[in-house]
Amino acid sequence: MRTLLPLAVAVPLLVAAGLSAASAAFQRRNRWALDGLAILTAAAVTAMLMALTVGAGSAQVYWFGGFRPAHGVALGIDFVASPLSAGLAAFAGLLVTAAMVFSWRYFERVSTFYHALMLVFLAGMAGFCLTGDVFDLFVFFEVMGVAAYALTAYRTEERGPLQGALNFAITNSVGAYLSLAGIALVYGRTGALNMAQVGRALAGHRPDGLVVVSFVLIVVGLLVKASIVPFHFWTADAEAVAPSPVCVLFSGAMVELGLYGVARVYWSMFGSALGHRGAISSTLLALGAATAVVGALFCFRQRHLKRILAFSTISHAGMFLMGVALLTPLGLAGAAIYVVGHGLVKGALFLCTGIVLHRLRSINETWLHGRGRRLPVTGAVYILAGLGLADLPPFATYLGKGYIEESGYSHGMAWVTAVLIITSILVGGAVLRAGGGVFWGLGDAPSEDPRMAAEASEEHSETEEGRGRTPLSMVLPPLVLVALAVAVGLLPHLGSVVQAAAVRFQDQGAYNATVLSGARVLHAQAPQPPEPTGITIADVATGVGSAAGAAVLALVSLYWRRLPLLRRGLEPGLGLVGPIRRFQSGVVTDYVTWIVLGLAVIGGALALSIR
Amino acid sequence: MQIFPFIVVAWILAVGLYGIVTSRHLVHLIICLAVVQSSTYVLLLGVGYKAGAAAPFFSDIPRSTPAVDPVVQALALTDVVVEAAVSALLLALAVQAHKRFGTLDPEDLRQLQG
Repeated sequence: MRTLLPLAVAVPLLVAAGLSAASAAFQRRNRWALDGLAILTAAAVTAMLMALTVGAGSAQVYWFGGFRPAHGVALGIDFVASPLSAGLAAFAGLLVTAAMVFSWRYFERVSTFYHALMLVFLAGMAGFCLTGDVFDLFVFFEVMGVAAYALTAYRTEERGPLQGALNFAITNSVGAYLSLAGIALVYGRTGALNMAQVGRALAGHRPDGLVVVSFVLIVVGLLVKASIVPFHFWTADAEAVAPSPVCVLFSGAMVELGLYGVARVYWSMFGSALGHRGAISSTLLALGAATAVVGALFCFRQRHLKRILAFSTISHAGMFLMGVALLTPLGLAGAAIYVVGHGLVKGALFLCTGIVLHRLRSINETWLHGRGRRLPVTGAVYILAGLGLADLPPFATYLGKGYIEESGYSHGMAWVTAVLIITSILVGGAVLRAGGGVFWGLGDAPSEDPRMAAEASEEHSETEEGRGRTPLSMVLPPLVLVALAVAVGLLPHLGSVVQAAAVRFQDQGAYNATVLSGARVLHAQAPQPPEPTGITIADVATGVGSAAGAAVLALVSLYWRRLPLLRRGLEPGLGLVGPIRRFQSGVVTDYVTWIVLGLAVIGGALALSIR
Repeated sequence: MQIFPFIVVAWILAVGLYGIVTSRHLVHLIICLAVVQSSTYVLLLGVGYKAGAAAPFFSDIPRSTPAVDPVVQALALTDVVVEAAVSALLLALAVQAHKRFGTLDPEDLRQLQG
């Protein structure tokens, strides 16, 4: 079992290297061999990570080169599979597999580099989840980063992808270097890079300025990847222009990995040393709530099918951060389930958008209005996934959101529930409006967005002209993803199992003992007690409520022009949104300015409250 | 550990970030990104430095000789490799951007907005 840990990263890297080296051998005639090999590799890696998730027990630790810790001092480099970390990596593997199956017929002409980059991306994500070494966390951050930047700019002959990739690469690299500076500082203080060792060295001392500064630097770098306000600008640009199957991974796995990094670093290194749980919790909660609301408002204004989904990713990243920020086992468990549910339905939505692009040659909601009637199956899957995104039971999303709300409520934060419901309604409403208009021709076409005309002309070349039918290999992946989202939501005892994994994740002492002493810790204990995980009427009610609210909002936004009262009332208000949109300027220097400002504000807030 | 290297680190980081934030040319911006990263090299080496200690090669000196920390040097080297990969990719994107947009001013890349 333990040897699977390095293999999950090494196998995709080796196959990627082999594919690039043998690129001349793969011609159009034997495309099936290339795609088959890549799909098999991704599926095999997913299976390995699944086995680690289920069989990890307390946790599996692998030391490279056999450099085990001597007398509790770790000099070697380790991979650690705990149920949450291996589970997230396995989920990323599943999405890569689905995206690769979809890509088979989506790209008629594609070089081996696409497949190689996807596999390197997978290796980077798996390594990021599994590593127990904080410097390797930075290295895998950049490994998955470089693959992702290159995949964004896969169509290098076009303007949009180039600009999106430049913005993505520059902002994320600045974030990575800030993290690295924090890592160097914490190494200077503790002389250790192993996260458990750092945690042990920091614990028991009063947190001084250096520890706070390094925590802030590391966390801000990771929050850039997690697209949290005010570091979120790159997400909309990158996800608007990257090929649809690649967007599945950006939205469903990569952004979430940034949040996983924050959780990993907090609960293995800084948690017990920093103390001041209240201050850290409120700072992160405020960031999460701001991200959820800002993302949802921008989402609703979009007319570009992929940008709608991109801003929904930002909004959901904020909701996940709120779950993590509660610092309770149930909050973290809710966030984990929400990540899986969201990744599955959002993946289906991006793939359906890819099918629209393939068959109808446009991504403009206004132009497409009613033209999607030719794609009844895609339309049905899109609407279903949209309802799942609005947290309709039994999609797994309602359970994840319900747990976050319960945990917030029982800790005296009922406003968390309000924020989550409002953002779910806005985001779900935007997606359902697009789906209802495009696939069913409901209501009136939304007003034309002048900016769309320039952008839309470029989208054609993402995929080649579709022939009369959508290939089965393109319809099946979104169908399977939506079905899985329902299946996960119906799993019995899911809540208690995931909460047990969350307790283990938050128990710094158990992590230390497992990594440094090789102990098997049977009873993990989180700083906050676990909470009941029974499915309550409130969970179902808020889920149904936000889905119904989203459906109503979608219908109102499709039909409002037919009601004179609304027309007179709403038309002037829409003009106010213009100035806000200017912040999303597309200029990377602005984005980096926001990063510096955000760093100063978050650093100032935490430094004042912790000292 | 002295305070001096950390002042240098903060200075390089601030200069690099200022350069990125005010940049009007993509190549200049990418070099500034490399400057930001250089601050981490200095930080890493500064963290592992010991006054009067030898380089960490023990082939011709006794093993008990005090030496500077070799780990940070390995980290700085890895850091350089990462930087090479990122800069190469970014410069390639800049070349393409120049071909397609006819400009390298980030403020004139106006394909994505709102």
